[in-house]
Amino acid sequence: MQWETVIGLEIHAQLSTRSKIFSGSATTFGAEPNTQASLVDLGMPGTLPVLNAEAVRMACKFGLAIDAEIAPSNVFARKNYFYPDLPKGYQTSQMDHPIVGKGFLDITLEDGTQKRIGITRAHLEEDAGKSLHEDFHGMSGIDLNRAGTPLLEIVSEPDIRSAKEAVAYVKAIHALVRYLGICDGNMAEGSLRCDCNVSVRPKGQAEFGTRAEIKNVNSFRFIEKAINHEVQRQIELIEDGGKVVQETRLYDPNKDQTRSMRSKEEANDYRYFPCPDLLPVVIEQSFLDEMRASLPELPVQKRERFEAQFGLSAYDATVLAASRELADYFEAVNTVCGDAKLAANWVMGELSSLLNKDNLDIEQSPVSAEQLGGMILRIKDNTISGKIAKMVFEALAAGEGASADEVIEKKGLKQVTDSGAIESMLDEVLAANAEQVEQYRASDEAKRGKMFGFFVGQAMKASKGKANPGQVNELLKKKLEG
Amino acid sequence: MHQLTLAEIARGLADKRFSSVELTTALLARIAQLDPQLNSFITVTEEQALAQARAADARRAAGEDGALLGAPIAHKDLFCTKDVLTSCGSKILTGFKAPYDATVVEKLATAGSVSLGKLNMDEFAMGSANESSHYGPVKNPWDLTRVPGGSSGGSAAAVAARLIPAATGTDTGGSIRQPAALTNLTGLKPTYGRVSRWGMIAYASSLDQGGPLARTAEDCALILQAIAGFDAKDSTCVDQPVDDYLATLGQPLNGLRIGLPKEYFGAGLDARIGEKVMAVVEELKKLGATVKQISLPNMQHAIPAYYVIAPAEASSNLSRFDGVRFGYRCENPQNLEDLYKRSRAEGFGAEVKRRIMVGTYALSAGYYDAYYLKAQKIRRLIKNDFVRAFEEVDLILGPTTPNLAWKLGEKNDDPVAAYLEDIYTITANLAGVPGLSMPAGFVDGLPVGVQLLGNYFQEARLLNVAHQYQQVSDWHTQAPSGF
Repeated sequence: MQWETVIGLEIHAQLSTRSKIFSGSATTFGAEPNTQASLVDLGMPGTLPVLNAEAVRMACKFGLAIDAEIAPSNVFARKNYFYPDLPKGYQTSQMDHPIVGKGFLDITLEDGTQKRIGITRAHLEEDAGKSLHEDFHGMSGIDLNRAGTPLLEIVSEPDIRSAKEAVAYVKAIHALVRYLGICDGNMAEGSLRCDCNVSVRPKGQAEFGTRAEIKNVNSFRFIEKAINHEVQRQIELIEDGGKVVQETRLYDPNKDQTRSMRSKEEANDYRYFPCPDLLPVVIEQSFLDEMRASLPELPVQKRERFEAQFGLSAYDATVLAASRELADYFEAVNTVCGDAKLAANWVMGELSSLLNKDNLDIEQSPVSAEQLGGMILRIKDNTISGKIAKMVFEALAAGEGASADEVIEKKGLKQVTDSGAIESMLDEVLAANAEQVEQYRASDEAKRGKMFGFFVGQAMKASKGKANPGQVNELLKKKLEG
Repeated sequence: MHQLTLAEIARGLADKRFSSVELTTALLARIAQLDPQLNSFITVTEEQALAQARAADARRAAGEDGALLGAPIAHKDLFCTKDVLTSCGSKILTGFKAPYDATVVEKLATAGSVSLGKLNMDEFAMGSANESSHYGPVKNPWDLTRVPGGSSGGSAAAVAARLIPAATGTDTGGSIRQPAALTNLTGLKPTYGRVSRWGMIAYASSLDQGGPLARTAEDCALILQAIAGFDAKDSTCVDQPVDDYLATLGQPLNGLRIGLPKEYFGAGLDARIGEKVMAVVEELKKLGATVKQISLPNMQHAIPAYYVIAPAEASSNLSRFDGVRFGYRCENPQNLEDLYKRSRAEGFGAEVKRRIMVGTYALSAGYYDAYYLKAQKIRRLIKNDFVRAFEEVDLILGPTTPNLAWKLGEKNDDPVAAYLEDIYTITANLAGVPGLSMPAGFVDGLPVGVQLLGNYFQEARLLNVAHQYQQVSDWHTQAPSGF
C-alpha cells in the first residue's frame, strides 16, 4: 500500500528577553543552579506574576511576520500538574485566547518549489525548571534558573508531508525568529525545541491516522531521523495488523528509535482555567502599527528580492536568506565585487564548506566579506583564474595576507596573459609530448575532443595554474591544428 | 491604655502621654495574660515589637509625626513577614519563615506601626468560624463557648478583647466583615485591587482582598490610608489615586441614598438581627439619609457560584504546597508520588482538602463548562446587579450575617450550613465592590453587625457613613466583660 505521512509541529522558541516572563530574574543560560531564581520563580507563597512587556512585543512581531491575526485581547491560563521542577504546581500558559492566531509560513523545498504551511496559533508561556538526576546520591536536584523563561509555542497545521518538509519548516521558523531578533535559535542549549506530531494514512484517504507525539527533538538532523523512524514504525505496525495508539514518545538519538513515554490514558487532565493573577492582555492597534514598522526585511521578502534583483535561483536565494547574518555577508560581498552570481557561488561553496569544516558561524568567518569581494574582483578582471582563486581564498583563510591583492602579489599568483610567454610555454609542452601530438593529429574529431583536455592539463601544470585558461585553449588549438 | 483606639493612641503618642515602648510592653503583657483563653495569636513577636517600638519612639523624638507612628497592630497569619513564621493556620507551612514582607506589612511598618505578632485564622482562610486552624480554634471574647467568625477570627478576637487596637485581615467571601460583626468591630473589605495582594498567601486570587479590623470606622480609615494604593508587584492592583479617608469622615449624610435589598431581609435572617439593622436605618434617616428598597435578584446564586470559583482557584493556588521547597514534608518519602501524597494528606486539614477536591472537580475536563464557566456567568450577573443598583442609590445596607455567633463545634458536621453564613457578604467579593461591617447592637449579649456596600472605590463614603453613625451610637465602644 502507498502511505502518506502527516506531520504537525509544535515549536517552543525561547524568547531572548533579558528578564523572565513574570519576574525580574535574568535569563542567561548556564548560570550556577538556582542563582537566577527569584521569589516568584521559586513559587514562594504570596508571590504574584507581572507580565514582561518585551515578551508581548516579541510575540506580536512573530505574529505580524506570519501574517497572523493578533488577538486584541489574549488571556493567560494555568496548566495544572505536579512536578518538582514546576514550582507553583501549574504552568502559566495560554489556552483559549492565544496572543497569535492563524497565520502561515512559506517554505522552499529542495527542488526549489514553495509550499505554504499553516500556523494554527502561537502562544506565550513560561518554561519549567530542570530536574537533575546525577550526582545527588539517590536524590534529585532541582535547578529553577530556567523556570519562568518566556517561550513562544508555535503550533503548525498538519500540513507537512515528509521529514524533509518538516526540517525545511523548522529551518524557516528558525530563520524567522532569528531575523526578528526574538530567539537566538540555539538548539543545543534548548532555545528552540520541537515536538513532532506524526501519523500515516493510506494515500488518498481523507481522514487522518492516529498520531503519536515525539517530544523535545532538538536538532534539524534528529527531527528528520526521528520522524523517519516513527513513520517507518507506524507503517510496519499497521501492515502487521496492529494499530497506532495515541501517545507521547521520546526519540533516542543514540539508538535512533522512539519509545513510548505515556499513553493518552495516562495523560494529565491539566484543568486549564484563566489565571486570576493576571489580567487579559489588551493589544492596541497603535502598538501593532509600531511593531509592524519595526519589522526588518524577513527571509521570504529577502529571498524574493535576491531572486528578482540578482537573478539567483530559488534554491540559492533561500539558502542565502536563511540567516540574516549570511544574507548580510552575501550582500556585502556583492557590493564589493558587483557580481551576485559569483558572490553567491563563493559564499555557498568555498566559504560555507570552510565554515562547516571548522564549525564556525558566519560572524566568525576568517575571511571577511571585504576580502572575498576583493578576490572575486580579481577573478573578474582575469588577474587570477577560478582555480588560483581557491588558493588565494585558502591563504586569506589562513591569515596569510590582508587582501587578495596582497596574497596574489606575495605568492606570485598573477595570471599569465602575455601571449608570447604562453606560446613559448606551450611549445615546450608540445615538444615534451611529441608522441601524443602525433596521435592527436592522426585522430578524428571525436577523439581529438577527448585528447585536447590532456594538453590543457599539461599546460596548466607547466604554468602552475597561472596561465589564462582561455588563452591556453585558444593558442593550443591553433598549434595542434596548425 | 488597652482601651484606646488607634486615633486616641496617635494623640497620646503625639502629646507624649506615653511612649510606644510603654504601650507595646503593656499590650504584650496583656496578650500573655489573656490570649490563652482566646488563642488569637499564633506567634507573638515580642522582641521585634519592642525593637519597632523603640525605633518609632526615636523617630518621634527626632520630630517625625504620623498617625500610625508607634501604633501597635498585628497581622493575620497569611501576610508574609520576613523571618517570622507565616503559617496560614496550616500544618503544611510548618517552619515556613517567609523570606520577604508582604506589601501590606511593609507599608504599615514604613508608617511606623509596631507589629506584635501573627494572628490565628482558618486554615488558608477557608472557614467562617476559625475552627479549621491547625493551631486550634479561636474563641469569641463575648462568649468563650462561641466562635469569633472567620476566617480572620484571630484578628477579630484580638481586637475585640483589646489585646491590640487594630489588625489586618483578609476577606474572600466575608472573612473580615463576618468576624467583625460577630465580635462588635468595624471591618472593611476594600474594592478588589485597592490593596496589594503581594505577600498575601492566596486562597482565591480573584476574590481575596486585605483590609482592616478595628473598633471604629476612624481607625479603619487610618489603616486603609496606609495600606491602599497601587503596587507594581500585583497585576490586579489598580493604579488609581487613594482618597483621603480621614478628611471625609466628618461629612454630613444629607441626601445620602441608601438601598435596602429585599433579598437581604428574607427567609433565613434571624428576625432580631433584622430589627437591629432597621434601627440603624432609622438613625441614618435622622442624619439625613433617604431610604428605598432595591433588588439584587441574582443573590440567590451567589453561594453556589462562590463555592465553585473560590475552590477552583484554591485548588490551583495550593498546588505549590507540595513538600518540595518549603513547609511540611512527610517522613521517609518512598518516591516522588509518595512525597506529594503524604505531605499534602498530612499537611492539609479537612476543610482545605474538601475545597481542593471540589475545585479540582469543577475544573476537570467535561465539567469545566457546567461549573466554572457557569459560575463566572453568574458572577457577571451579580456584578451587573450592583452596577444597576448604584445607579439609583449611593450605598446598599443590610445585615452582615444571618445569625449570631454560634457555639464552637456546632456546624462542624455540616459544611453547607457554615457556607450559608456567608450569604450576605459573598456578593461583594464576586462583584469586587467594597463592604464594611459595623456594630449595630446586641441580641442576647452577642454582637450584631450591619453591612454597608459601596460602589467601586467608594471606601471613603463607607467610612464616612460608619463614622457618622458611630458619632450618634455607642455600640462600638462596648467591650466584652473580662477584657
